[in-house]
Amino acid sequence: MLNELSGGALIGLAAALLWLGVGRIAGISGVVANLFLLRQGHRNWSLYFFAGLLASYPLYVQFAGAPDMDMTGNKIILLCAGLLVGMGTYIGNGCTTGHGVCGSGRLSVRSMVATCTFMAFGMLTVFIMNQLMTGAGV
Amino acid sequence: MNIQIVMKVLTPLLAGILFGFGLLISGMNNPAKVRGFLDVFGDWQPALMAVMVAAIAIFALAYAVSNKMKQPWFHTIFHRPSLTVLDKRLFIGAGLFGIGWGLVGLCPGPALLNIMTGQEDILIFILALLVGNRLAHFTVGPAK
Repeated sequence: MLNELSGGALIGLAAALLWLGVGRIAGISGVVANLFLLRQGHRNWSLYFFAGLLASYPLYVQFAGAPDMDMTGNKIILLCAGLLVGMGTYIGNGCTTGHGVCGSGRLSVRSMVATCTFMAFGMLTVFIMNQLMTGAGV
Repeated sequence: MNIQIVMKVLTPLLAGILFGFGLLISGMNNPAKVRGFLDVFGDWQPALMAVMVAAIAIFALAYAVSNKMKQPWFHTIFHRPSLTVLDKRLFIGAGLFGIGWGLVGLCPGPALLNIMTGQEDILIFILALLVGNRLAHFTVGPAK
């Protein structure tokens, strides 16, 4: 529990720093869109943030060793999931950080509704997948 | 050298590093752990809740502080999100994202971070994510 709380606090601190320092909302789907859709005037901070995010990995591994990472190897599921996440975050203007952390922290009703919606759909998806796998005897 | 310009680079860079450490320390880089949180009807692992609560609390504090500031430390304005409407677009977008999130357990932050694991499966996910971005851009118009 301590890891979850301190990790979450660091995520909040990162979002706080970005907001108080340069006045930007730490929304990672926004960062992705800024980087690859070339939105004018949004690209620089997104690029630096992205560089920092990538740099954190080797730094962490240096101190704590390689982290656990278990993920499906099913390419079809990976493709579908990537497509849905790419479309959904773009259409709904946010993801777990922009809506979930920053939006909720701003007490934005819109973001809280979005957060409840994607969590509910995520839970439903995991439930249905588990039912299908049990049914198939996997 | 102008300190303002240097800080405009260093602030987002440091925020990115802290963000990545937060994901790694809390274990949220791990799709299996995220799916464990979403598995409310099965073997539920409520850990993600603690991550979210801590992150939201700290950002809420910073946001409250910013309401008393004229401008950010190293920039001219706060880019405050202006949308408040609960429209079809929000529900459809959040719904699609939720399904994709549940399928693998990856949302954009951990997906970008996990590029560094060097696994090609992550690249498949990210390429599909970028294609999804473009598809949405051309079908429903630019992000607001």
